[in-house]
Amino acid sequence: MSASQPATLETPSPVSVLGRGAAAGRRRGEGALAGRLTLRALALGYLALLLVAPVGMVFYRTFEHGLDAVWNAVSASNAQHAFWLSLEIAAIAVPLNTAFGIGAALLLERGRFRGRAALGVLIDLPFAISPVVVGLTLVLVYGKAGWLGGWLADNGLSVIFSVPGMVMATAVVSLPFVARETMPVLRELGTDAEQAAATLGATAWQTFWRVTLPAIRWGVVYGVVLTSARALGEFGAVSIVSGRIEGQTQTLPLYVQDRFENFDGTGAYAAAVVLALLALGTLLAMNLLTRRARERGAR
Amino acid sequence: MAIEVDSVSKRFGTFEALHGVSLTVTDGALTALLGPSGSGKSTLLRVIAGLEAPDTGSVRIGGQEMTDAPARSRGVGFVFQHYAPFKHMTVRNNIAFGLSVRKRAKAEIDERVAELLKLVRLDGLAGRYPSQLSGGQLQRMALARALAVRPKVLLLDEPFGALDANVRAELREWLRRLHDEIHVTTIFVTHDQEEAMEVAEQIVVMNAGRIEQTGTPRELYEHPISEFVMSFIGPVNRIGNAYLRPHDVQIVPEPGGNTTEALVKRVVHLGFEVRVQLTLPDGREISAQVTRAAAHELELAEGQILTVRLPAARVFTPASEPVAPAPSTL
Repeated sequence: MSASQPATLETPSPVSVLGRGAAAGRRRGEGALAGRLTLRALALGYLALLLVAPVGMVFYRTFEHGLDAVWNAVSASNAQHAFWLSLEIAAIAVPLNTAFGIGAALLLERGRFRGRAALGVLIDLPFAISPVVVGLTLVLVYGKAGWLGGWLADNGLSVIFSVPGMVMATAVVSLPFVARETMPVLRELGTDAEQAAATLGATAWQTFWRVTLPAIRWGVVYGVVLTSARALGEFGAVSIVSGRIEGQTQTLPLYVQDRFENFDGTGAYAAAVVLALLALGTLLAMNLLTRRARERGAR
Repeated sequence: MAIEVDSVSKRFGTFEALHGVSLTVTDGALTALLGPSGSGKSTLLRVIAGLEAPDTGSVRIGGQEMTDAPARSRGVGFVFQHYAPFKHMTVRNNIAFGLSVRKRAKAEIDERVAELLKLVRLDGLAGRYPSQLSGGQLQRMALARALAVRPKVLLLDEPFGALDANVRAELREWLRRLHDEIHVTTIFVTHDQEEAMEVAEQIVVMNAGRIEQTGTPRELYEHPISEFVMSFIGPVNRIGNAYLRPHDVQIVPEPGGNTTEALVKRVVHLGFEVRVQLTLPDGREISAQVTRAAAHELELAEGQILTVRLPAARVFTPASEPVAPAPSTL
């Protein structure tokens, strides 16, 4: 689309609007149609420029030199290691944040205690702080010279420059999703069903597993999908705490950066495509799940 | 089982929902808590169920101290105003819930569920989800779910509040018969005096967090102890300090004795009864209630001048009103 020639917005002139009968009505209809088309073109153009074209280019560049080059790039041992490390970190951080998120949502929506508002703010904090800053704060506390790091090192535990620190960084930046997606669903659910379960003899634990969780599950699933996408793609915070040691603490996004900086275009783009496919897979899974939820809801 | 509530108070922030309420309900009774919204009737029900903790006072069920017992161990069946269905479960699993959390054998659960489905006339709908049921069916499912665990007492919060008028009438009748069949001590909350009088054996009238009066429907109608009870139970004419039921207004052929003239302002035909809006010579408006036959005989028409007799009206002196709420026994 050419940016120099924006679609003309056919605003009906005041005279024609005030003017006579059918002609004015038709012109007003045309104006509304043109308005809608313009909006649609703007939205699609925006997406095309920002998202579709760049991602498309990555795919194009990746396969530019043929499939063999791509295969070599993704089967390189450092690439393989980065791929599995990213999955490993997500596999630990996502369940942790899911459990925490559901617990926090229950506390914030069902609990009545002092400091509830403060907890709400704290949960949102990772959205507000730059991931790089998150990484730095973790180093300050858990690094060798850090507040807890010395004690941890004495006990043979290294957090920074190793997997535990990277899991922590990932967990922090993806912390709010599950709680924030679950809270509105919990609020809408209300407490009637839970109280009914209590009068029927259910313990708090039984009520949670049999009544509350099934009722909020789609909110939780949506939160988990967002958390996973964020965890797999995280760069800034992990970059700081990992030390970016090739073949050891390099996640897939870090590997992409590394290849790019070393002028290995195919390597960078191929890894980027793998990342994009992971994200796409996550989104597709979510779409399928929500569609099934909608079908069940319609029953 | 009998329910004994002793001087229960409950406050929500600055709002005093219950103010030293005491109430005894005998075993097997069918009782209505009747009052306007905000009178504390739902709160009292929830205190009995253990869904709200009273600030002071105590609750005993079947002679057992229950004030601090959690809802799940009180043996109460509770039907919520909006039924609180478990939307992700079928009708069968909703009804089986109480038994399945008690880890009863599957055969026992199946048998009990089948029995209840029949009792509430939902057989054939066991595999449906709550979203596929009508309001009346949801109501009956909620009732079956509450009854499945054989509660000692059954508590219903505005059980017919969210239903169509004809479904309501049918369910009222049905609840009455159900109670005759299973004899579980039952309390239901309502703001509808007609519903309370039609269904309940005993009515507890509540107002502003206090119990105004308890009694049979007839006792309350014929011997209301306060202005509030009299005007809440049935229509009423207020003439100064005096209160008079519309059906006590007599339309007489001849003046004489304690009679006055009245102008017919409006005639409303409500089937068997005919309601007549009258304007007295001093401008006050009252309503009278006559049978269809009487209305026909008098040839009632708007603009007509009638002679009416106002028999001795009931007078509530303000001093007699704030009586300390004595523990009322039903």
